[in-house]
This record gives sequence, structure tokens and C-alpha cells, in this order.
Amino acid sequence: MKGLRSLVVLGVALAWSHAAVAQKDTLALGMSVEPPHLDPTGGAAGSIREVTYANVYEGLTRIDRNGRVQPGLAESWTRADDGLAYTFRLRGGVKFHDGKDFSSADVKFTFDRAMASDSTNAQKWIFAPIAGVETPDARSVVIKLKYPVGNFLYNLGWGDAVIFAPESAANNKTNPVGTGPFKFERWVRGDRVELAKFDQYWNKDAIKLKRVSFRFIQDPSAQVSALRAGDLDAFPSLGAPETLDQFKADKRYRVVVGATEGETILAINNTKSPLNDVRVRRALAHAVDRKSVIDGAWSGYGTPIGSHFSPLHPAYVDLTGVYPYDPAKAKALLSEAGYPNGFALSMRLPPFPYAPRAGEIVAAQLAQVGIKANIELIQAPQWLTQVFRERQYDLTIVSHTEPLDINIYARDDYYFGYVNPAFKDLIARIDRTLDDGERNRLYGEAQRMIATDSVNVFLFQLPKLGVWNADLDGLWENSPIQANDVTQAYWKR
Amino acid sequence: MIQFCLRRLATLCVTLIAASAVVFVVMEVLPGDPAVVMLGTEAQPETLAALRKQLGLDRPAPERYVTWLAGFVTGDLGLSQTYRVPVSELIADRLAITGPLALAAIVLSTAIALPLGLFAAARHRRLGDAGVMAFGQLGLAVPNFWFGLLLVLVFSISLGWLPAGGFPGWQGGIGPAMRALILPAVALALPQAAILARVARSAILDAMAEDYVRTARAKGLTRRAALWRHVLRNAMIPIVTIMGLQFSFLLAGAIIIENVFYLPGLGRLVFQAISQRDLIVVKDIVVLLAGTVVFINFVVDLLYAVLDPRLRSFRT
Repeated sequence: MKGLRSLVVLGVALAWSHAAVAQKDTLALGMSVEPPHLDPTGGAAGSIREVTYANVYEGLTRIDRNGRVQPGLAESWTRADDGLAYTFRLRGGVKFHDGKDFSSADVKFTFDRAMASDSTNAQKWIFAPIAGVETPDARSVVIKLKYPVGNFLYNLGWGDAVIFAPESAANNKTNPVGTGPFKFERWVRGDRVELAKFDQYWNKDAIKLKRVSFRFIQDPSAQVSALRAGDLDAFPSLGAPETLDQFKADKRYRVVVGATEGETILAINNTKSPLNDVRVRRALAHAVDRKSVIDGAWSGYGTPIGSHFSPLHPAYVDLTGVYPYDPAKAKALLSEAGYPNGFALSMRLPPFPYAPRAGEIVAAQLAQVGIKANIELIQAPQWLTQVFRERQYDLTIVSHTEPLDINIYARDDYYFGYVNPAFKDLIARIDRTLDDGERNRLYGEAQRMIATDSVNVFLFQLPKLGVWNADLDGLWENSPIQANDVTQAYWKR
Repeated sequence: MIQFCLRRLATLCVTLIAASAVVFVVMEVLPGDPAVVMLGTEAQPETLAALRKQLGLDRPAPERYVTWLAGFVTGDLGLSQTYRVPVSELIADRLAITGPLALAAIVLSTAIALPLGLFAAARHRRLGDAGVMAFGQLGLAVPNFWFGLLLVLVFSISLGWLPAGGFPGWQGGIGPAMRALILPAVALALPQAAILARVARSAILDAMAEDYVRTARAKGLTRRAALWRHVLRNAMIPIVTIMGLQFSFLLAGAIIIENVFYLPGLGRLVFQAISQRDLIVVKDIVVLLAGTVVFINFVVDLLYAVLDPRLRSFRT
């Protein structure tokens, strides 16, 4: 009996030391929201991309951790001088997870499918400029455009433009087959998606992890518990900003505060009186103190913004000083517009964690200048249908998470109801400008224009609060595109 | 008895049809288009139309109701709009967690509550009774999510004995799956046990004050013998009633605990389906739950008849 016990102890000790010596090659990564399915070409949910982008699927180009365009399945490309054609040279020796060889036919299939009339691609606009896709040989693709698009290569890096194979495309929602370094293993619905390294990946030596498990935990305090109990190695976008200090104080964790592409705004219905008066909108901007909103909503994490543009982008212009916090000025503007005693309006808030928190503070600040905002909390589908589609609102708070989306202000039917022909003209010029420097200058002009018109009150850039094991490296600090790219992640020991 | 069963079966059918109509109408009028939810802010009208067609949402509501009901009756629960897998598969996956969890919680709470109730009743107005009543009060007052967090803090974070949550799936082996259910079962069971212990105590006290107990004692039975032979059986009726209610609650009402332990149970599936407007999943589960509740009530009624022979002769 005693001998047996010491044998067991010895066995455990051996197993333990073995585990300690062997390099760890698995990763358990937490996410707030479970994806509905795993097909980024047939659904808008960011969670789909947060599992699959760069890990399972690849596009012709890809967006790297700094938001720059990098070669993906296309190893190189050339653009015609008039900007109306792109010729891509495809990577050789690439295989899909089911063993099928990747070729130009798959690229043509993917784009034709996305452009088709029965396509359910959530970002169909990416493909709208395409006139046709030609495949001179198995490793060449020529994409002809109807008009030049300055951001075309960037747009092809979106998760919505990843390359599918005709044999597996229909089943990719539940059994994803891509060309990425990780292949789908299993999905315990409601709990986790597991991926395993794909042994035939074209660049397999660069991939350090053997298995990756994405685990879905919505409740912020449960996210913290899972990290602290060691059930998770990383939570790249933690929902509990108030707990960051406790992780910072603990050497076992690394806390990384980065930025997302989410411009968090107090959106204004520009079509409704009195909000259609620019003086009233400017008064709103002067009435809101961004710093206390950020402190209250996200524990002080988040960069103030003065227009609808990411501070990470080279074209960013700091416009936070255009309407500084000044309640007296706000009151004066309201009097000038004919509302010396203020007025009442509705603030319909979606259930995203930042919105109700920021909403309470903004409402209190508006009350200081005599504007009574009645807060109404609504569900996400109701927000999408009533606020976003049907414009039934006065004010709302939401984060616009798409990268480089200032062009939404050029859409007359967009939910802000902002109509400015000069701005539309400017965006059209940006779209057709192929020179990066000139395009960035025009982007600066666009930022100034919507700031001057005070279309919305621009609050802050939503941060990405990452907490992970101190021995883990290679995860993205910022989130220039919705993704949890684990292709460069590795354990330092 | 057969007549009793038939009448109950008829009630079951009527309840199910009523529940199906109510849930269908409610999901129809609920603002929020499923196609918009799935395709998001950038979707173009033609893309939305294509998706609605794919989902069958372009057909008139009465037709969709009949198709769904016909499918439901024949055992075809349809395809989840968001997950794109059969709803029956989804529900089976979730029941494989919620079922054992609810069962463990009810067994645990009964195992705690009955002895406690009995103990308190036997020591009526003495220290033991006061202790049990205090436990009951505490159990009612402490919210179960807070108790769950406390368990995680002690047993997962500090001691590291059990996972903080999640569910590895039964295919990963029974051991890890059971370990994942221990803390949630305890968190669910204790508040339930507190309620049940109080009910048990008062039911036993009430029964002990009855005439037949005095008669039994007069015939020479000891206090203990009277308790076991006469009191307990009579006191079981209110206890079984409460247990039936608790079991129904545990099947779908455990959402909060499922969130704390991020368990993919049935409650969370319903919640998620409502917030994503996965209409078919909501409808199927609500009707199934309504059916389950009616069925549990039926079992409780049968238990009454087993416990109390007088109820059998009444031919209810």
C-alpha cells in the first residue's frame, strides 16, 4: 500500500516535471460573444471574425496588427496605371483543410459568389466596384474594376473577402474549411470552438501553437474569474475595465491597453427639430465632458476623439479642441437658437456595456445645460431596426467598429440624417484617389467638415483591454480589424 | 385513474397549443428583424431580401405558424436561424447540461432540506430550530449569483480545486464534466434547500398538531414513531408541491447561475435566442418548456395520489 502510494506520487511528480519542461503549445483564449456560425461571408457578427480571421481563413490580402495591408494568398500584385485592374500572383503549394489545392478558380468562385444576386455577404459593397474576375492561369487572377477604388487592396483584407472553395463553401457555417494555419476541430455550442494546427499549411514552420481553444464568456465578472483561476490564458478584449488594476498588480499577467476601430459617439438625429439646428448640436458638444464620460464608462481607458476617425490612422487629425467642455457656452448657444430653457428628448441606448454607462453620464451633463434626456434601454435587434433602420430616436450612443468608416456620413439615408453635398463630393474624391498622401490629406478635410457641422458628439475611441499570461507573446495589442489573430502567438517559456 | 390521466393529457395538449400561439404572436410583434440582426449595419436591401427568402421569412405569418406547428408535432423542430444546425440538436446539447444540473440541484437540496426540516420540527422552539430558521433566512436573502461568485472565489481561484466555469462536454469524459457541474449545482441547491427546509419544517409542525397524531400518541406510539409513521407522509404533500415548482424553475430559470459559471445551458440558449431574434429556437423551447411544466405538474399530481390514498378514491 505504501509502495503503491509512493509510486503514484512519483508518477505525478514525473508528469509534473515533464509538463514544466515541455514548451507549452496550446492557448485558451476568452471572448465575450459566441459567434452564431463560422462563415464571415454570410453574417455581420464581429465574433465570427474574432475566431476565424487569419486563423482559419485567408484572403488575397490581409490586414496586419498595425492596420497595414500585407500579402495573403496573393504573394504580390500590380495595379494598372488607370487603377481599373489588379493582377494578383497567387501563392503556390497552398491547400485547403480538406486537402484540396488552392487555385485561381477558388478566387473567382469566391468573388462571383459574393457578387451574386442571392449573396448574403454583409459587406457586399466591397465587391460592388468589380466588373469581372479573370483567371489566365492557376496562379494568376486579374480583377477588373468599374471605377478606381483607392482602398481596394485594404477592402480585400476584410474578413468578408476571404477565399472559399466551391466544394466546401456551403458548409462553412458549421464546418469551416479554409487555407489558414488552423483547422476547425470541434464546437461545443455555448462554450468553446477548438482549432488545431493544419499540418499542410504553406507557412507551417512559422506557427508555434498546436491547439487553440476560443471560449465564450459573456459575464464580465465570470471573465475575470476564468482568468484568475487559470482556465484561460488570455482575454484580448476584457469587458471589466474596473478590474484591470488588480491584474496589473499581479506579475502572472500582462495588461495591454490598446485601441479598436470603434469610434464611440453620441449619435444625433439631424433630421429632427431642434437637433437639425447646428447651434443646438454644437451646444450638445460643448455640454459633454469627454473625460468624465471615459472615466465613468470605461474606468478612464479610451482616447477622446473630436471627429469620426481612428487616432491610430496616419490621416488622423486631433479635433477634440473644436468644442471644448463649456456649459456656459452651451447655454448661450441654446439661447441663441431659441431654447433658453432647454428642451426634452429621448436617448435610446443599445445593451453594449459602454452605452448605458456613458449614457447616464451624458444625460447628467446635458441636464446641466437644461436638456432633459430620457434614457430608454433597448435590445440590440430593436436598436438595429428602430434606431438604425427607421431613425426612431433623438440621441443614442454606439461604437462604430468598422475600420475607416467616415464615408457613412456621405450616405443620405444613414441614421444620422446628415446631408451635405460637399462632404459627399469629398468622399467620392477620396474613393478615387490612388495616392496615399493625397488621400490622407483629403481624409483630414473630411474629419474637419463633420466636426464643424457637429453632426454627432464624438466621445472616445473604444479601447481594447487585453489581459494575458505574462509568458504569452505575439497577440495583437490593437484591433485595426476585428480579429484574434493567433498566428504569431507563442509561449516564451 | 385512467380518466385522471386522460384529462391531464388533454390539458397538456391545450396548454401546448395555447403556448405555441402566444409565443408565435409575441415573437412576431417583437421589434427587430432577424435578417438585419444577422447581416448588421452595412447590409444592402437586396442582401436582406435574399436572406429573408433563404430563411423563409418572406412567407405570410399564418402559413409560417402552421408549417412550424406541423413540423413540431411530427418531431421536426426546424433549423436554427443563427447557428444553422437542427434545433433538436441544440436543445439536446443544452439538456445534456441543464438536465443533470437540475437533477443534481434538486437531489442535493432535498438531501439537505428534509433532514433539516425534520430536525427543526423535532426541536421546535429550541436552539436547533432557531439555527435551521436562521439558515433558511440566510439562504433566502443571499442572491444565488453572489453565492456562486463566492464559491468560485474560494474553490477555483484560492484553492484551485474546481474550474471557475464552462463545460468541457460529455465527450471529453464524465470526470471533467461532473467537476464542471459541482459548483453550479451547489450554488443552485442551497437557496432552494433553504426554501424547502422552511416548508418542510412548517408542514411537519402542522401535521404534528393534527388530531390523528394525538390519537397515535394516546395509543402509545413514541413521539419519534408517530413522526415517522404518520406525520411525515402527510407532510410530504406541500413538500412535493414545492419540489415540483422548483424543478420547473431549475430547467429554465437558472439563467443567472449559467451566466456566472458560463455554462451553455437551456436558460442561456433561450436568452441568447431572444436577443439574436432566432425565432424558431425561442418558439420551440418555450413550447417544450410549457410541456415539461405541465408534465411535472402531472407527476406531482400522481405523487399526491401515491402519498394520500384518499385522493385516489376521489377520482379527480
